[in-house]
Amino acid sequence: MMRLLLTTYVVLGALWAVPAVAQESAPAAPAAVEAPAEPLPPPPVAVEPQRLPERIEIGLSKETVEITSNFSGEALTIFGAVDNADPLIQRQGRYDIFLILEGPTADLVARRKGRVFGVWMTVENQPFDNLPLSYLIASTRLPQDITNLNALARLSLGVGQIRIQPDRDKPQSPQLDEFIAQVRALKERTGLYAEFTSGVRFVSQSLFRAELRLPTNVPLGNHRARAYLFRSGELVAQTEAPLRIAKAGLEFQISAFARNQSLAYGLLSVLAAFVIGWLGRILFRRD
Amino acid sequence: MAFYLPIAEMSANLLVLLAMGAAVGFLSGMFGVGGGFLITPLLIFYNIPPAVAVATGANQIVASSVSGVLSHIKRKGVDFKLGTVLLLGGVAGSMVGIWIYTKLLAMGQLDLIISVLYVVFLGAVGGLMLNESLRAMRRAKAGTPQSLRRPGQHNWVHKLPFKMRFKQSRLYVSVIPVLLLGAVIGMLASIMGVGGGFIMVPAMIYLLKVPTNVVIGTSLFQIIFVAAFTTVVQAVTNQTVDVVLALLLMIGGVAGAQYGAKVGQRMRGDQLRALLALLVLAVALRLGYALFVAPDDLYTLGPAALS
Repeated sequence: MMRLLLTTYVVLGALWAVPAVAQESAPAAPAAVEAPAEPLPPPPVAVEPQRLPERIEIGLSKETVEITSNFSGEALTIFGAVDNADPLIQRQGRYDIFLILEGPTADLVARRKGRVFGVWMTVENQPFDNLPLSYLIASTRLPQDITNLNALARLSLGVGQIRIQPDRDKPQSPQLDEFIAQVRALKERTGLYAEFTSGVRFVSQSLFRAELRLPTNVPLGNHRARAYLFRSGELVAQTEAPLRIAKAGLEFQISAFARNQSLAYGLLSVLAAFVIGWLGRILFRRD
Repeated sequence: MAFYLPIAEMSANLLVLLAMGAAVGFLSGMFGVGGGFLITPLLIFYNIPPAVAVATGANQIVASSVSGVLSHIKRKGVDFKLGTVLLLGGVAGSMVGIWIYTKLLAMGQLDLIISVLYVVFLGAVGGLMLNESLRAMRRAKAGTPQSLRRPGQHNWVHKLPFKMRFKQSRLYVSVIPVLLLGAVIGMLASIMGVGGGFIMVPAMIYLLKVPTNVVIGTSLFQIIFVAAFTTVVQAVTNQTVDVVLALLLMIGGVAGAQYGAKVGQRMRGDQLRALLALLVLAVALRLGYALFVAPDDLYTLGPAALS
């Protein structure tokens, strides 16, 4: 965790610093060295100065989303910038961005109910490893309009591309595919896997904003925001940043207390019940 | 008004929870039951995870039972000796129950078993009580003296050894059925998230022949401790007690209980039992119906089995 944070800060820091310097030194020596690496079609007219490769960066407005007692979902806006964008490509709208907020993963068991003597009960279990508890993706356009299926699958871009892997150590259901499809559908119904097509919009030449909606039941823990920049269907840059979603204030303290000092928590719950029962008798007695 | 429940990890409406507590409290005060058999299914209908509903229900029952027992102590309606013996059985039973609960949770059959237990016990108890109370009402109409307790009439329960005298209940009975009754109810209580009053009350009346005026107080007295024990053990083993949810239910519950007790005192015993029986049967039917209806989601996701 610490390492991830650190690298992100370093990367972000470096990115912020780069553009200003890069613009000035663009036509100078470094660009010339890089020229052969980028096979551009021969410029039709005048010699265009060689461009530095594009970079994408994102900045989260806050590092922690706090869930308090009146939390009922929340819109999350993530701003970002594309550095060294080619104005021509930009004008043609051939830059596309994916922004994904992926929740923590967990080992879960999917259960299928079936009819046994008329009664509905669990008839089959299928354990899954490292299932993302939430996955929210925003993009500039429909994912399949941005790039090919291979790239979408490789980077797991889109709810349909989330990797859902069965537990290899346990027996697998013969209907594994059906289980996987149902897990995906279940998560979609609860708003935990969601696609926000055209949730990413350019607000200027290089700045963009991505809007996601955190559902009421958003999982707590360390989330990861990933951003991918595509130029004419090719991945050219990517970055990521951590986001923590945590219970705040009293809620956080209560759940931490329940976990860490469960016996004291249980005893206090009972004590509270005694006190309230007794107070109720005194305040509301009707005999 | 949305309110976030830290253990259930979901938002719920504050007023709905308070009203739920008050309604159940009213009924529990009226009938002398903890109300767990109502609150737990209600919470599950309200989409609270069943595991949290069961454990939190137990915590709420402590409050409503304390509130109820205090008014019964004033009327000398509590047999502490009988209550203590029932309690000893109850604590042993609830330890077994929580062990079973944890196993069922891991197997993924907890929801089914909870529902089936509810349907079976609520159905049986409700049916028996309704039958008995209707006969009592008919007898009352015909003018024959109505008494559940006919001196000199004994059943098999009274032939067992290790007899003990319970003065308050005017009872001289073997401790075996008392301990056993306590244990069975303690076990069910911890699996179902109930205090067991709805089984305890009829069992004491019909099986042990305890006079009706001490049944409710004594049952509530022992429920306090069984439910308190269940709460603590659930908090330690499953960490499913949501204290915020419990507090909201309690506040509504204790207020409702006192009003309910007042109404209950004005009603005739047989009418009260008939009404309770109808209520119990209604819950049983609703839960039984749910067993046979195709669930909205055939697939569910849960935490990996503890193994």
